[in-house]
Amino acid sequence: MTKTPLQFRHNGRDVAVFVDGGVNLLVALRELIGDMTPKFGCGQGGCGACSVLIDGELHLSCLTLAETANGRAVETLDGMKDGPNLHPLQRAFMEQFAAQCGYCTPGMLMAAKALLDRNPSPTRAEVIEAISGNICRCTGYEPIINAVLAAATSGRARA
Amino acid sequence: MLELRKDIFADERDDNLKEIGKGTQRQDMLGHVTGTSTYFDDHKLQGMQHLKVLRSPYAHARLRRIDTMEAERSPGVRRIIRGADVPRNLNTLLSLINFGKDDEPSLAVDKVRYKGEPVVAVVAESPREAYEAMAKVRVDYDPLPAVFDVEEALKPGAPVVNETYPKNTFTYHDVYDHQKLRFGDVERGFAEADHVLEQRYQMSPIEHAPTETNGSIAAPDTNGRYVVYTSTQALFFSLDTCAKILDVPSNTFHFIGGTVGGGFGGKVDTLTEPLAILGAMLTGRPVRYQLGREEEMQFGSPRGAERIYIKDGVMRDGRIVARKIHAYFDSGAYTRLSSYAVVKCVAHLPGPYTIPNVHGDVYCVFTNRTPATAMRGFGVTAMDFALECQMDKLAHLVGTDPMEFRILNAYRDGDMKAHQREAKNTALIECVQVAAEKAKWPLREEVKRMSSRKDGGGSRATISPTPIEPVPQRAAVSQQRTTYDRAAPATTQQPPPPTPAPPPPTRPPAPSPSHGATRFSSVFGTRRR
Repeated sequence: MTKTPLQFRHNGRDVAVFVDGGVNLLVALRELIGDMTPKFGCGQGGCGACSVLIDGELHLSCLTLAETANGRAVETLDGMKDGPNLHPLQRAFMEQFAAQCGYCTPGMLMAAKALLDRNPSPTRAEVIEAISGNICRCTGYEPIINAVLAAATSGRARA
Repeated sequence: MLELRKDIFADERDDNLKEIGKGTQRQDMLGHVTGTSTYFDDHKLQGMQHLKVLRSPYAHARLRRIDTMEAERSPGVRRIIRGADVPRNLNTLLSLINFGKDDEPSLAVDKVRYKGEPVVAVVAESPREAYEAMAKVRVDYDPLPAVFDVEEALKPGAPVVNETYPKNTFTYHDVYDHQKLRFGDVERGFAEADHVLEQRYQMSPIEHAPTETNGSIAAPDTNGRYVVYTSTQALFFSLDTCAKILDVPSNTFHFIGGTVGGGFGGKVDTLTEPLAILGAMLTGRPVRYQLGREEEMQFGSPRGAERIYIKDGVMRDGRIVARKIHAYFDSGAYTRLSSYAVVKCVAHLPGPYTIPNVHGDVYCVFTNRTPATAMRGFGVTAMDFALECQMDKLAHLVGTDPMEFRILNAYRDGDMKAHQREAKNTALIECVQVAAEKAKWPLREEVKRMSSRKDGGGSRATISPTPIEPVPQRAAVSQQRTTYDRAAPATTQQPPPPTPAPPPPTRPPAPSPSHGATRFSSVFGTRRR
């Protein structure tokens, strides 16, 4: 099978892989790059577990053809920490009990980060809208919404 | 009491276990928020193969012919697995505790009994190559009439779903086609009642829809062993089930799990491990078998549907004097855990109320639907939905406040329960009082003063005369015993039970103190071959 070269920035680092035609970005990240933080939940854009940022914008990696990421910057949960220091969103998710099984958490955090990066002071309604494409089956959405709002507050306090 | 040598660890941990009311961080939370918690699919193994399953498009059909010739020559294919390749291609999950007959194949051989049933497995180098080979498998089916309704399935002449149970009902105690509860005389109760109310309730199947689909990765290990990364909720249960199906000692397997991407009961059925391990055995390679979302919905078992009929006799003053229940659990095409759900359900009747006459008949019925399984309080949840709807209707019928109506009928300490056990440590009255207070629901002063610890027992502790029913002939063969079964307990050293055991039909099923998944781990965790 013909392989296509693919080069992009992955959490601030240049990576290059060869992909089969039709391979999606989720598979490229997990199986070729080895970044296991984006999760497979449905493969049809229904659950948000595979959410990543491409050039700062939220995308479902299971519905993104890997080749379309060529030359762009892909961010996943693996790049969210700053060295040993957790991102305010990660701290808030810990403190607010915003994860139970943890499987939707990587996608949920990326959706929340996409929101706070462009809108540091979201309203509750804006938070709900921002995570509306991410399904959580155990925690319930309230602690997640509260965590995002708490992270926004702590982010402003630090700035 | 077990004495622990705490002095050895004295400097490591104090024994202050007063945690209630304090926030305590979960031990896995840091992994979750950094994405480093390791789920089964986060293992990447050298040379890993991918297993995909061809499923029945029919709800009920005879398998005439399976032709895999072309699929075997498809690029990237390592192995095609058919029913004949499975060492023990018939199992029932609760056979590990000698409950029920083996009724479910890993891969169908003669018949398919529900849409989505596994027929052929393909192991290939990539998922894509597995799918391409699967499209080349030819299966000839003879469609059969199917039955999807529990009451239709019980009618004479209904299609036989599962030949292991030709009457489309699970067999209890080798004899009974349903599980019974008898306490007092409901017919006399209805005759004496001021009002009688009969209602029908139906609950749909419910899919757990965990965010992580069911799956596992099995890999050959040293010394002929296999390491298995799995999403299972019940690690030892799955391990022992695989040992039985693959006919090897259970120490052949090293199961690694515990980090589950949502389960809720939908990951106790050992859906993927046996074929993943068999694939690894047949190819000598690591094999990954993960359900897609559509498979999770179609083939992953749901909470079973239930149809419930409740007939109650109630007095003008609000006392329920008789409760008669007929319920049908839709087990789908195979038993899985529905037989146990029925036992749990009957143990829960008539709900947390003191009723002098109770009659329960609950059936575990086979239909051509996806087999049902555990889910959060299964066996009790749907029945509680029906019972509590019924309580509201009864309260309305006699013109009583629905909260007060529950308090009036609630179990109190010292009452006799329908299973002929004394009610102890009851607290429904207090629960309703607190709920009313929180909801700012007015209760009369005398109702607020009522207590679970007062006015129980006495006449509420009597067992009304219960009519004797004829016992059916023991016509069915006794539950099959297999080489996997534990030997009969030794007759020596076995002290006689403190009270003579009642005959099977009236034996009260043990109430289950914990929810299903927890209970399975503790029950099956000790099971060794």
